[in-house]
Amino acid sequence: MLGYTLRRVAGTVPVLFMVSLLIFALVQLAPGDPVDMLVSDEATEEVRLAIRSAWGLDQPIYVQYLTFVKNAVMGDFGQSFRYREPVMDLILERLPASLELAIYSTLVAVAIGLPLGVWAASRPNSLVDTLGSIGGFFGISLPNFWLGILLILLFAGTFNLLPSGGRETWGLNVERVTGFLTIDAIIAGRWDALWDALRHLTLPVIVLGTNMTGIIMQITRASVLENLQEDYVMTARAKGMSGRVVLWRHAFRNALIAVITIIGLEFGTLISGAIIVETVFAWPGIGYLLLQGISFRDFPLITGLVLVYTTLFVLINLAIDMIYTVVDPRIRLG
Amino acid sequence: MARSSKTRQLLQALKSPKGAFSLVVIGLLLLAAAFAPLLAPFDPNRQDLMLAMMPPQLTGPHFLGTDHVGRDMMSRIIYGSRVSLLIAVAVVLFSGVVGVTLGVVSGYYGGRVDSAIQKFLEVVWAFPPLLLAISIVAFLGQGLGILIVALASQRWIPYCRLARAEALTLREREFVSAARSLGASDGRILRTHILPNLIQSALIVATFAMATAIIAESSLSFLGLGVPASTPTWGGMLSDARAYISTSWWMALFPGLCIFVTVLAINLLGDVLRTHLDPRLNRA
Repeated sequence: MLGYTLRRVAGTVPVLFMVSLLIFALVQLAPGDPVDMLVSDEATEEVRLAIRSAWGLDQPIYVQYLTFVKNAVMGDFGQSFRYREPVMDLILERLPASLELAIYSTLVAVAIGLPLGVWAASRPNSLVDTLGSIGGFFGISLPNFWLGILLILLFAGTFNLLPSGGRETWGLNVERVTGFLTIDAIIAGRWDALWDALRHLTLPVIVLGTNMTGIIMQITRASVLENLQEDYVMTARAKGMSGRVVLWRHAFRNALIAVITIIGLEFGTLISGAIIVETVFAWPGIGYLLLQGISFRDFPLITGLVLVYTTLFVLINLAIDMIYTVVDPRIRLG
Repeated sequence: MARSSKTRQLLQALKSPKGAFSLVVIGLLLLAAAFAPLLAPFDPNRQDLMLAMMPPQLTGPHFLGTDHVGRDMMSRIIYGSRVSLLIAVAVVLFSGVVGVTLGVVSGYYGGRVDSAIQKFLEVVWAFPPLLLAISIVAFLGQGLGILIVALASQRWIPYCRLARAEALTLREREFVSAARSLGASDGRILRTHILPNLIQSALIVATFAMATAIIAESSLSFLGLGVPASTPTWGGMLSDARAYISTSWWMALFPGLCIFVTVLAINLLGDVLRTHLDPRLNRA
């Protein structure tokens, strides 16, 4: 197991290295001179040259790339053009907001999608099953930014029940410990702040979780159905086990492998969905930061964020691989 | 014989409510895109601040209302169908050609070529979906060509995997070795034996890729990363609508509805095709 884990971890290194090369190439291909973004239009040639050498832009390309990789490995993505702060600090400051949103969305999607999928599989072609399949098609066809706008229109506008954006009401002043507002509020014993954080989370979580709920439900249904047709299920039934035990202890448990895989794959969709959802709801996470970086052509910030996102994605997929070697030892041996 | 009964089954399936709905929607959309100048009641870019933010009117000239600068919503939606379809078709074709070519080469020749292509695929696949597209537009700038490349940047992968798997198995089949021993060149074998066997599966991949391409294009337009803002697009219209959400619901409702119905129709068509053309893909 340890050997397998180490091999898999080592396997991600060249991939991440190539990813960095690809991003570096994109930055090089970008039109315009980065110095233009750093100095005013009236700057003299000496100032421009000084800036160029201060940012290392006068070095040969390969030196620039090696410096970039060396710094990136240490977690240093340079200074943001716009905020004049280290990119890593900006990212770390906003990362908890994004993680909180992503984690709650995943939990909600699993909590709804999994039981619904098993339910639909236990009654194939029933009303629940048909509704579920229609819902699934709606879910994958619904652009999440539009769903977000409609929910804002209804719940923040017409009914005035929930906030239309942001993460907290200004002035609550809860001490930051974890950066997760719901957890910080509980630590501080501030129930008003917890309620406030949950109200702000509601709409973004619905939007981000909808698509994933539909997909988890479909995969769960398909894979439970497949397992219900296996011989061992028939054996279990023949032994006189109740339908519920067969469903949950046998078919469901074996179906979990497919479900875990899809949750891992969907995490990528969740990341790109979060970029859009954070923009729609002005959620102060790294997705929103990325869009701001793009509108100011803040290259160090964009580069840093893309690397962080991709690394996270690669690591999550690695973790998922590890999880199913535990769930299904056949994968490790094969 | 088998073929004709299969065709009959497919035609039958297209007459089901699912199939009929998707064909009607796609047909209407093609008509709207083709005859936009004839169908649109107004110039989609004509601004008239006196008429700004008019609600939809059943009998008036602005059936779906007007936007924040007084442009006719109906006309912009009709013209918007052109951009969405044009980009989606271009992306699907471009990624299809690239993906199938790389996949067939990878599977047919194997060895170093194969491992180089698979390594490249792995790197591109390491990016979360849409992030690579966003990065390409962010660094290289906005424009139709760049947008198409950006949206195709990861969409060629499913075709590549499919084509590689197919080429790997076909390579060992008797009719291929027979053709080879008769002196057929690699190019001829690929063209006449391997590609035709791929077309059905590739068509199904293409249908779903089309649906995701439309969503991705409108997402990028919504984020302000699509085609230049003056061109009417559904995603761009939604981006405009955000600022006026409390006063002008119609600006947000109709363009989104168009995206949703279009994508739904394409997904349903893909499902019908998948069920009837390729039972192997059916399990997923």
